[in-house]
Amino acid sequence: MRNPQLNANGALTHLLSIEGLPREVITHILDTASSFLKVSHREVKKVPLLRGKSVFNVFFENSTRTRTTFEIAAKRLSADVINLDVTRSSTAKGETLLDTVDNLVAMHADMFVVRHAASGAPHLIADHLRRLGREDVHVVNAGDGRHAHPTQGLLDMYTIRHYKQEFTNLVVAIVGDILHSRVARSDIHALTTLGAAEVRAVGPQTLLPTAIEKMGVRVCHDLRSAIRDCDVVIMLRLQNERMNGALLPSAREYFRCYGLTPAVLALARPDAIVMHPGPMNRGVEIDSDVADGPQAVILPQVTFGIAVRMAVMGILAGN
Amino acid sequence: MNAEKKRPTVVLPDAELLCVQLAGLIRPRLRPETVLVGIHSGGVWVAQRLHALLGLGNEIGLIDVSFYRDDYGARGLHPRVQPSSIPFDVEDRTLVLVDDVLYTGRTTRAAINELFDYGRPAMIQLAVLADRGHRQLPICADFCPWRVDLDPSSELVLSQNDNGGLQWSLDEHA
Amino acid sequence: MGEAALQIRNGRLVDPANGVDAPLDLFISGGRVAAIGQPPAGFTAQRVIDASGLIVCPGLVDLSARLGAIEPELAAAVAGGVTSLACPPDSKPPLDEPGLVERLVRRSATVGLARVHPIGALTEQLAGERLAEMNSLARAGCIAFSQAKRAIVDTQILLRAMQYAATFGYAVRLRPQDDFLARDGVAHDGEVASRLGLTGIPVVAESIATATALQLAAHTGVRLHLSRLSSAAAIDLVRAARDAGMRVSCDVAVHHLHLSEMDIGFFDSNARFDPPLRSASDRDALRSAVADGLAAICSDHTPVDADGKQLPFAEALPGATAVELLLPLTLLWATQSRLPLLQALARITSDAAAILGIAAGSLAVGEAADVCVFDPDESWRVTPESLRSQGKHTPYLGYELSGRVRLTLVGGKVVFEG
Repeated sequence: MRNPQLNANGALTHLLSIEGLPREVITHILDTASSFLKVSHREVKKVPLLRGKSVFNVFFENSTRTRTTFEIAAKRLSADVINLDVTRSSTAKGETLLDTVDNLVAMHADMFVVRHAASGAPHLIADHLRRLGREDVHVVNAGDGRHAHPTQGLLDMYTIRHYKQEFTNLVVAIVGDILHSRVARSDIHALTTLGAAEVRAVGPQTLLPTAIEKMGVRVCHDLRSAIRDCDVVIMLRLQNERMNGALLPSAREYFRCYGLTPAVLALARPDAIVMHPGPMNRGVEIDSDVADGPQAVILPQVTFGIAVRMAVMGILAGN
Repeated sequence: MNAEKKRPTVVLPDAELLCVQLAGLIRPRLRPETVLVGIHSGGVWVAQRLHALLGLGNEIGLIDVSFYRDDYGARGLHPRVQPSSIPFDVEDRTLVLVDDVLYTGRTTRAAINELFDYGRPAMIQLAVLADRGHRQLPICADFCPWRVDLDPSSELVLSQNDNGGLQWSLDEHA
Repeated sequence: MGEAALQIRNGRLVDPANGVDAPLDLFISGGRVAAIGQPPAGFTAQRVIDASGLIVCPGLVDLSARLGAIEPELAAAVAGGVTSLACPPDSKPPLDEPGLVERLVRRSATVGLARVHPIGALTEQLAGERLAEMNSLARAGCIAFSQAKRAIVDTQILLRAMQYAATFGYAVRLRPQDDFLARDGVAHDGEVASRLGLTGIPVVAESIATATALQLAAHTGVRLHLSRLSSAAAIDLVRAARDAGMRVSCDVAVHHLHLSEMDIGFFDSNARFDPPLRSASDRDALRSAVADGLAAICSDHTPVDADGKQLPFAEALPGATAVELLLPLTLLWATQSRLPLLQALARITSDAAAILGIAAGSLAVGEAADVCVFDPDESWRVTPESLRSQGKHTPYLGYELSGRVRLTLVGGKVVFEG
């Protein structure tokens, strides 16, 4: 089966998932992002690459934060950006996902940035465009269900490479609600593709997916032993609705067992970096002293995120 | 088959010598605040030569015009984009844009557009090692030591050999 | 029935119910099998059908086929060689009222293609709360009672339903799945669901419900049939119960004999099934359970239109069109498992008829002449146009399959000729 992200020439035409992306494609995106990073420091913070192109931010699930970063990235590429809040408009009127897509294609969309609560929704759109013979329209997955958040995964890799240069000797711990996390899945695919020495999936059994070790990670239930000798610690957000109930007894107990405190972080390598996809729950998964401490690179992640999204859109729109 | 037509053999001059000649052309019009901006990648090598030959104090700027190319729609983004680096304020500066070969003029156009996104220079001059004709835009070089008329089927390429010396080669396309 | 006298000659007669696999002619008159091998005295064929190179077998019996629209789906059934099918009660509205059952029986008889045997609802509206009028439903034509895909969450109600069915000797069919463990699940809880971020249905959801059903059936003495098992664990439980002497039967959906969670690929909604496609080792256990006769095969035919499938995986409707693929997919499994045709065809003829307790799946003299004649070697491509069913969705779209039905008889009458 052909990877649905690649066109007949093997060039990246959609970004749906990091799974199955060749290492060179990931590296190319990261290299291109580093060129875009400088654009944001100039007098005129934009390049004319996507001039005249229409980028539709189609968010079936609210996320002002992610939508804004895509909007900034598209605008810095000189694209026209149209934000659609689909949660309220069309689906409420009974229009299907593909009806919405057909309508936007009729409005001459060049690129869709899609956020959807259902895993696989961007794949469905890409498959639909292929059947319509519209492979000139590109799809960027901005997060689908629990499945993937590839641009977040890429910006995490950009951040790690920025601070650690190489991946091959790195030990990376991903801590928290991996079960519900599309970021964790994208990070795991990216890290294993880029050759990280060890990726540890850390959390209570209730928050780890079945057979997660098949993705090439080591499962750990004890935070302290999992953090030991880590180069990179990626903390995941614990959604409010999961804090009290059948998955976890309470936020307090979760923090006691899996919260990243300075004492726990001290077990990692002294130069370890701490990442978080945001928004953070201080005092739930991460202690403020760590979040605001010298090892946290959470704000640089945000800056790099714009450049990475510019790179993704710049590469896709040209293919 | 009409490929039998003999084209005159082009004699390729010594690229290092051309750099010296180019420096000689620029020197009389040099101002204290003049800075060089090399276009990636051949233009950067030439700019580095000129920087040494002219004994300039200012750092040189580097630009990669991939984000400004007019053939992006047809050819996509260049696979190896280098970051542009303009380590000085371009506002009211005199810039000498340096490239290895001036051909259609499209790269120069893209470079000028990019420079204006850093600010408003007082003047931009163009220095090239070779002008091979066949312009598609109203652009001409201020400084050029070698003018040659080459058929569009051949590509004039500047490369750096193992010892770091610059040299010309001519690639023929069918 | 004053049907024409037919002779099907030069075919290979394969009749699992009677252990026949030989080149024998089949003689039909009055809608029934008149003779095998030699014509009965004074027989004059009004039509002679040449079956050289073809297999002549009993019409297939499908343990579970949903009918959206009756006519096209019954036309699809006979095109697939199916002459009797059991229809689960989860139609809209569900088959919980005698009037609805009577109408279904009457309408399908009017269409006059495959024979339809309704399965009645075990509880009203399949809600799992109040018992349905099983006796009235049986009088209207129901041959067994089930919950289709719905569970009876309250085990005391399940116990009562079994006791009540056992009172009248009705069979109860259950698709075992624990609702709590399966909550929001859309795929097998394993490697693929974890990777794709789909909510999983663990095997224990099936094995726990299987164990519950087996124990309540043993306790009540009801005749239990477990439908569409998907896991090795559930198969093991049924095997143990059978070994302990319990009268319990089970079936496996034909797609589950061939496919696994891996076939979901990149969210292919055609691979969305209920129960879900499970691991390759579960699939292998299902294959051997069918091979050794523990389980029969059903098509679990579920016509789903494009609107139900062109959705993100979790929102898509489960199920596939299958009644026309039952024979070729069974043949494929038999070839792969190196099973004799006689044994393989039993799973979709005589075994299924025995489970349903209907007179079908046999070509003994005097039986109704429900016959399927097929070319085992003719290959055909599964395309939306090649399917008569209104359901066009199956993971086999675009595949070449071997085994094409040439002729189907119901009660001695030609209902399909291809």
